[in-house]
Amino acid sequence: MTVYLDHAATTPLDPGVLAAMRPYLEHEHGNPSSLHAVGRVARAAVEHAREQVAAALGVTPLEVVFTGGGTESDNAAVKGIAWAAREAGRGRHVVTTAIEHPAVLESVRWLAQSHAFEVTVVAPEPDGVVDAERLLAAVRADTVLVSVMAANNEIGTLQPLDVVGPALRDRGVVLHTDAVQAFGRAPLDVDGWGIGALSLSAHKFNGPKGVGVLVLRRDVPVQPLLSGGGQERGVRSGTLNAAGIVGCGGAAALTAATAADEVVRLRALRDRLAGALLGVDGVTLNGSATRRLPHNAAVAVAGCDGEALLLALDAAGVAVSTGSACQSGAAEPSHVLTAIGAPTDRAHLRFTLGRTTTDDDVDTAAAAFADAVKRLRDAGGGYA
Amino acid sequence: MRVLVAMSGGVDSAMAAALLVEAGHDVTGVHLKMADTPSGLPGKGCCTLDDARDARRVADRLGIPFYVWDLSAPFRARVVDDFVAEYAAGRTPNPCIRCNERVKYAALLARARAVGFDALATGHHVRLSSDATGAAHLWRAVDRAKDQTYVLYMATQDQLAHTRWPVGEYPKAQLRAMAAERGLPVAAKPDSTDVCFIPSGDLGGFLRPRLGQRTGAFVGPDGAVVGSHDGAYRFTVGQRRGLGLGGVGEPWYVTAIAGDDVFVGPRALLERATVTATACSWIAGAPPTGRVAAQVRYRGVPLPCELTVTGPDSVELAFADERPVGVAAGQAVVVYDGDECLGGGTIAGSSP
Repeated sequence: MTVYLDHAATTPLDPGVLAAMRPYLEHEHGNPSSLHAVGRVARAAVEHAREQVAAALGVTPLEVVFTGGGTESDNAAVKGIAWAAREAGRGRHVVTTAIEHPAVLESVRWLAQSHAFEVTVVAPEPDGVVDAERLLAAVRADTVLVSVMAANNEIGTLQPLDVVGPALRDRGVVLHTDAVQAFGRAPLDVDGWGIGALSLSAHKFNGPKGVGVLVLRRDVPVQPLLSGGGQERGVRSGTLNAAGIVGCGGAAALTAATAADEVVRLRALRDRLAGALLGVDGVTLNGSATRRLPHNAAVAVAGCDGEALLLALDAAGVAVSTGSACQSGAAEPSHVLTAIGAPTDRAHLRFTLGRTTTDDDVDTAAAAFADAVKRLRDAGGGYA
Repeated sequence: MRVLVAMSGGVDSAMAAALLVEAGHDVTGVHLKMADTPSGLPGKGCCTLDDARDARRVADRLGIPFYVWDLSAPFRARVVDDFVAEYAAGRTPNPCIRCNERVKYAALLARARAVGFDALATGHHVRLSSDATGAAHLWRAVDRAKDQTYVLYMATQDQLAHTRWPVGEYPKAQLRAMAAERGLPVAAKPDSTDVCFIPSGDLGGFLRPRLGQRTGAFVGPDGAVVGSHDGAYRFTVGQRRGLGLGGVGEPWYVTAIAGDDVFVGPRALLERATVTATACSWIAGAPPTGRVAAQVRYRGVPLPCELTVTGPDSVELAFADERPVGVAAGQAVVVYDGDECLGGGTIAGSSP
């Protein structure tokens, strides 16, 4: 039996969510944009899902746009908001942080390289948290967008949106946040923090892959990435993925309904796991111990090689991650660990827990980790 | 037995994995990412994606776990940089031997054992056996044209006890047929050739930007300067082509390299009566004595000679009958008894 502790990569589809999706895969084949009865059935399901997502985030249904995933949502927000602002003559400066997901960082880089935007990338503090004052100090009169993730995907650190958001709202600058990892695991006050745009990915909260959410407040102009039939307020053209959207809505509702208990449960499990991992000699925590997602334990292991450690754990039936995989499948050095100045001569492992994680899973993983680290260190490692 | 198989994406290592799976072993595949060659996507440096994907699809087909390990940093430091430095020093390195020694075989085996594997397998064309005392013996491949004992002579008893080389038992054509029978997607893939990190095969073009222009003289057999060149590193002892020395009648060869001077002369001057080797390694753990056969280049012919131990890890080989030509310092001299590979060392020098 595999112990799956890689929920930041993806989560299992909830059986109840699958059941809700099934009719739209099996027989309700209508196009939600069609005006006839068959289409209306699908349209009703999509709109119900939109209400579920809106309720989970405390926004209005019309502010919820369904996309093809978290990466698309990030691209649509960053590029779309920046373009629209430039068209309106409001400037061409964008601020982001060095630990964003590549979907944001690469979008921003592309704006700079191909569209003559100016970009300020703010480095995090060594604990993996971006300092709110430093971030706000980077904002200029011609800044049209600030993109800061709610929580980091690798080291789980929470970013100070509660401070940054209201300050930016006062200055009239749009804040986009990639909340893919944070949703259901950390507080998100879209209204109170003045978030203008927010990205989610359904498969990170027990929904299906291939569905994302872009929350786009009504007062945030955006130029669409895709030209087409004008679905989703014209922001995201393309026939709606009814089954996927139904799954996204169901998963969002489930997540919101259970978040309070689930966060407490995950934190206790994570603390138990982290305690065991950090109890092994030469193991340290990456990122702040307190300002962090409740399901994330990211550790640095001295005297071990990440790829060898991952293989040893995989062989022991424990699925975790190291770095991020490149196209060939090799683990690449992480820009996040580089940004916080993490030592490069250690193995870096990320354990992320989820809805299906049990006490036994955590204990099995901790034992396998201690065993693998000992064996690797005893053997001296091949390439360490 | 838990066996890790190094899978290059080619047919030999694919069959190595397949044969071990069929023999009932618990097999895991690993593809070694050795170089940052362009992937076709700007700004992303990945290994040859086609090879990694081929290896992965074979692993999928065989139903075995599969990983890609990024060894581009150790490969660069331990193989490529060494390769360039050796040329700069006037020697002719063998990068495949360095790679086996420092990355692909010995170091990978150490890591495999560290991670809990009992053995490492590769697709090398060599054969292994063990005798009544349990000692391992290394033999030339059944397919002599594919034999790779020359680049694995440095294996030790401890390493060989944890090594599997199943494909050396089969001719290449048969391996291809066996791969096709098993539906492995690499059955018809062309053989790899030459130095893997110089895919163009243009050694001079690879070395020039790294070593620069280093003008020197061609020196004839009588000591007279007969021409000039733009870098001694472009030449190898025994080389005939590409000297640019026309009109001297009998073809001339590179007979020696010293600093920026490249010595040239007729073939007779290439013959060497004795060859000295350092950094020797012996499969049995101790050097053989007396009459053996020695091979001075990868695709060379072993010639009978007398082996004398001259130091803790150095030997002298005296050729009585036919003498080797093209003895280049930095290459390996590998010692055989018939089909058995006994070990070898790095050529340090030679005398006529």
